[in-house]
Order: sequence, then structure tokens, then C-alpha cells
Amino acid sequence: MRIPGLDLEFEALPAPVPIWHAQVTAEQWQTAATAVRDEGGRLLALWAGPIGDAQGSAGKAREPDCMCAAYVTLEGAFWLSLPLAPLPQIGRQLVYPDLATVFPAAGRMQRAAADLSGVHALGAADTRPWLNHGAWPADHYPLQQDPGKLPLMEATALIDYPFVRVEGDGVHEIAVGPVHAGIIEPGHFRFSIVGEKVLRLEQRLGYTHKGTEKRMTQLPPLQAGKLAGRVSGDSTVAYAWAYCMALESACQTTVPRRATWLRALMLERERIASHLADLGALGNDAAFAFGLAQFSRLREDWLRASKAVFGHRLMMDCIVPGGVTGDVNLDQRELLLHQCDVIEKEVRTLFNIYEAHAGLQDRFMTAGRVTPALASRLGLTGLAGRASSQTWDLRCDHDWLPYNFMDVAMATHHNGDVAARVLVRFDEVFESLRLIRRMLIEMPLGDVACELALPQHAARGAGWVEGWRGELFVALELAGSDQQNQIRRCHLHDPSWQNWPVLEHAIMGNIVPDFPLINKSFNLSYSGQDL
Amino acid sequence: MIWKVVRQIAKTGIRSEPAPDICADDAAQAARIQRELLDILGQALTIREVDAGSCNGCELEINALGNPYYNLEGLGIKFVASPRHADLLLVTGPVACNMETALRRTYEATPEPKLVVAVGDCACDGGIFGESYATCGRVSNVIPVDEVIPGCPPPPLDILRGILKAVRRRVR
Repeated sequence: MRIPGLDLEFEALPAPVPIWHAQVTAEQWQTAATAVRDEGGRLLALWAGPIGDAQGSAGKAREPDCMCAAYVTLEGAFWLSLPLAPLPQIGRQLVYPDLATVFPAAGRMQRAAADLSGVHALGAADTRPWLNHGAWPADHYPLQQDPGKLPLMEATALIDYPFVRVEGDGVHEIAVGPVHAGIIEPGHFRFSIVGEKVLRLEQRLGYTHKGTEKRMTQLPPLQAGKLAGRVSGDSTVAYAWAYCMALESACQTTVPRRATWLRALMLERERIASHLADLGALGNDAAFAFGLAQFSRLREDWLRASKAVFGHRLMMDCIVPGGVTGDVNLDQRELLLHQCDVIEKEVRTLFNIYEAHAGLQDRFMTAGRVTPALASRLGLTGLAGRASSQTWDLRCDHDWLPYNFMDVAMATHHNGDVAARVLVRFDEVFESLRLIRRMLIEMPLGDVACELALPQHAARGAGWVEGWRGELFVALELAGSDQQNQIRRCHLHDPSWQNWPVLEHAIMGNIVPDFPLINKSFNLSYSGQDL
Repeated sequence: MIWKVVRQIAKTGIRSEPAPDICADDAAQAARIQRELLDILGQALTIREVDAGSCNGCELEINALGNPYYNLEGLGIKFVASPRHADLLLVTGPVACNMETALRRTYEATPEPKLVVAVGDCACDGGIFGESYATCGRVSNVIPVDEVIPGCPPPPLDILRGILKAVRRRVR
């Protein structure tokens, strides 16, 4: 039995990481959530499956509409589908049992599913719209429409969003965004403060919602990886890999070994690129401009080498269904190895400076603290989770290529403050440098791509990758060849869904001027969660 | 402590590279660009960046312009925190419908010369996202655009060239 207390028929999806799928009833839907939580497991993602899609209306029996959830336990990931009653007419409400009481992180995902697919969590405490700011009518559910005949909507008036009001003597509000002061993505933050102390932060996101998941269903599966790589530009490698893993699992194809190693090599390079940028920006946000100048220089060197070897500074579109676009030759291997040595030495020097700098540490320590208990209750994941003792890292948790060759050391910390998130980043840079060296030296020879044959019949696939920010999950449902293998549904899940709400807690009791620093220490994606 | 910092600075040296050649017959150098900006604007060029719905890829490359190699501020170009302080808006992304109002208001708040440069394929023509229930597509569907910089994302030097081109074309 994979989930205690439940007798479920699990089907293993042919992916390199352990992922199972099962159908559940409404009762099992809730039992499973509670059982996973009690076992110390986590909610990985929650989304609506293909709902009322037009392919089924052509007279043939189609699969029922489903609500989906994915959980993680020590054994792997479990994708559960809950069939919903058939839709009598488009626009009619579909309901399923609320999960936010078991996993608080489910709240926003449920609100997003209501906006996009018209499925509603029965009994949910918060039913405010999340992604729909009034750009399309509230009774129009984009993911229910036929992708080929989607009407262009007349924009309606912007919704006056009901923020939670904090009242009391001297309490006032600061509204920030959506256009922020720095060069960052848009979102709105509403601070309720007394003096300079933050009593409460409420986020409103969704500004960059650009219909990504709808767009996925309009693209042929072999080309949709390009779009997946643009869900969040800083995680393009991770998304492209997760999508390709999902597609390859739906096609029951195993990619050549060398391709897998090259993908991992790029993923680790992406991790280092992001960490270098963040470490510099974190120094800068604590008024240590030297840090930004130094780390941004190292990042530029790093990106230029990516351009030289992989053909793109951010390595966009380098991972494709079936493998990767190019190989690393001997000269390039030497270049990358040499760069690891240079960067390691420099980062080591900067690490010593950061560690010994009293002013910097004073700003880092105890700022934006998330205790391990809170992190576990709210489901804090990825890098930020590891800085609060949430010891999960897909690269270490399961036995899969090529990470099973190299004993990845998980970077963790228990303080859960900005300083801890800085230290985890440093540790991960050093560890990834080690991994990159080993990959370059030990990588097996062979093909870097294979043909991918799309399945005859409708198929399901999933991808799960530890990006630099945390784990990405892609759930893919393909139609059979009689329907040109259209993508019926592709959900792309970013770890930012879990971590944004935790940031609201991390800032409580801190001073307003520390918000940029604390926010940067999480560095969450707007585009990745707005989709 | 401070000695460690100073030593690292000294060891690193000056890494700034010559500014890009922005027209075929003229190898423009930093001082030239600086003087040109002064001639055209009579002041440093101030830019407000607006992400109108991008994937964040373009922001990464715009941020890279601030690193020591490109030495943007050395050229007399500065990113500012408010559109009210800006000569030029650097806009990325297909314009998400949820950002349309914010983008229009930012444009209205910008004083003359009110230059607009659209950065990246999505900002130029909607890119892979196109127009849909959720996006208005290219930036010029929402506000007037002076210059477009294609690329996904365009590398920092292309962005710098595009900015300079916009300043030359509109203001001169």
C-alpha cells in the first residue's frame, strides 16, 4: 500500500523518477490528503484536468472531467485524479472537496483552478478570484473552451480586490506594485504596518497571467517544450527537462544516457547561474554593493561560457523532446572544467568576505525567519525549505540517472532566516561545481537524442525535476493519434505556489525596509505561478 | 575585513568592456556615447523598466546590463524607480491583460520625451504567447513604441544598442 489507509491501484508512469497515478473517489480524495500529511508527506501540485474539452463531444466516449492532486512521500510522487460529475452544459459549476484545511498551500491553487477551469472547492474558506483580475468574464473558463475556437474577450473592468484589512490604533497600509521599483516581475504587496513594523503582508499575484496552459493545448506536443521553457525564464532548463520528461514518459521512451547527463549538466549550470545572481543581489539589498559587482561579474562569465558551449546564454531550447540539441566536445569540456576551478576560487573568496562581514551578517541573521515547524505546516519547499530543515531534494531522494552516480550532498540549515538561505545557496554552488566536474569527466559516450514516437492511444505522462528554486512538476495528458496527439491538458507547476504564502509569514514582525532583502532571499517566480 | 574587500577589488581590476559599436561606420566609445546622450538630452538617460508579463528572461538580461562588463551607469544611463523620473520606458513581455492598465498608467506618468523601447520577441510581436484571452500581444497594441529589440531574450549588448537607437531617432 503506497498511501496508508487507502487501497488504491497505482499505475507506475514510465519516468526516470518514481511517479504513480491512480483514480480516487471523493472520499478517498480527502483520506489520501490526510494520510499523506500524517506520514510527513507534502502536496506537490493541485490542478484541474481537461474539463469539457471539445474532443469528447464528437460522439465518442471521453474520459470524465477530473480534478488532480499530486503528493510527495518518501516513496515518490503520487498523482491522484478525482473524476467529477459530467458537465451538463459549459459554464455549470463542478465541485470537489476542499484540501486547504489539510494543506494550506492548496488554497491559491484551488482559486486558480476555479478561475481557469470552473471547478470549485466545496467549503473552501477563501473563494476570491486569483488569476482573473477582471480581464475576462467571471463565467468564462478559458481551459474549458475548445483551443481552436477560443473567443477573444472584451476586457471587463478591473476587480476591486478585497484585501484583508488590519484595524487598530496607528495601523496603516502601504500598497506596492504591480510595477515595482527594481527590474523585477510585477505583483502587488499590501503591507499593514505600525510604525515601521509589518503586522501583515497580503500578496496579490496573477499580473503576468498570459494563458500559458491554454496555449500549451494549441501547440503540437513536440513543439510545446519551447513554451514550457518560457514559463519562468530563470528556470528554463528545469522546465524544458520536466516537460520533456513528461512527454517521454507518455511516449514510453527512454532517452540516451548521454542526453540525460547533458541535461543534468545544464540543470546544475542553471542552478549556479541563479545562485550567483541571488548572492550578489542579497549583498546589494543589505547595502553591500561590492557583492553585486563581484557576483554579477562571475555570473556574466558563467553565461558567456553557456553561450559558447550550448549556444544560448540561458540555455533556452537546448533540451528538446528525445534528448538535447548539441553535444559537448573535448575543447568545450576543458573550457567548462577550467571555469569551475576559476569560479570556485572566486566564490570561496567572496564566501569568506560575506561570512566575516559583521554589517552584512547583522542584516542577514534572524531576518525573515521561518521556523522548521512553520515551514513544515505550510509546505515550504525547495531551496527555502531546505534552509528551514525541510530535507527534500529530488537529486538525493531517489535513485535516478545521473545523480545516483554522485552522492549528491543536500544543503540544509535549521535557522530559516535570510542568513540560512544565503548559506544554502553557497553550499549548493560548491556542490553543483563538484557535480559538474564529475559529470564532465564521467559522462558516458553515445547519442545525445533519439526519435520520439507519439503514442497511438491517449496517454498520460509526468515530469519532476529539482530546479534551483525547488521541484517543478509537469502533468501531461495527450490525446491519441486519431486526434493528432493534441495536448489535452498540460499543467506546469512551480514551487513558488507553495512558497509565496510562506513569505507572508516570514515578513511578519520585521521592518518594512527589510522586505526587499527577505523577498530576494526567497526569490520566487511571478511568471511561474501566474502562468 | 576591509582589506579583504580592497584586495578583491584590486585583484579583479576594471572589467568594463568598450561600449558597443552602434552604427556601421562609427566605432562609438564610452565617452562618445556619453557626450551624445548629453547633446541629445542635456542630461543622463533615465530608464524605468516595466515587466508587462514577460517570463523574466528579458529581465535577467536587462539586469546583466548593470554588471561591470557593460558599465551602463558609466555611459550615463540609469535605471530609476519611478516612471515620473524616467525619459524612457523599457517594456518586456507580451502585455498580459492583467497588466494592461498598469502599463497605460505608467506611460501616462512618464514625462517627455516619453520614449518606449519594447524588449524581446514577446514585446515585439507577442512571441510564442501571441494574443489570447489573457494577453494583448505586442507592446505597441497598448502604448506607442519607438524601437523594438527582438531576441528571446536579446543579449545585453543588443538591448544597449536598441536603447541608444531609440534616443537618437526620436530626440534628435
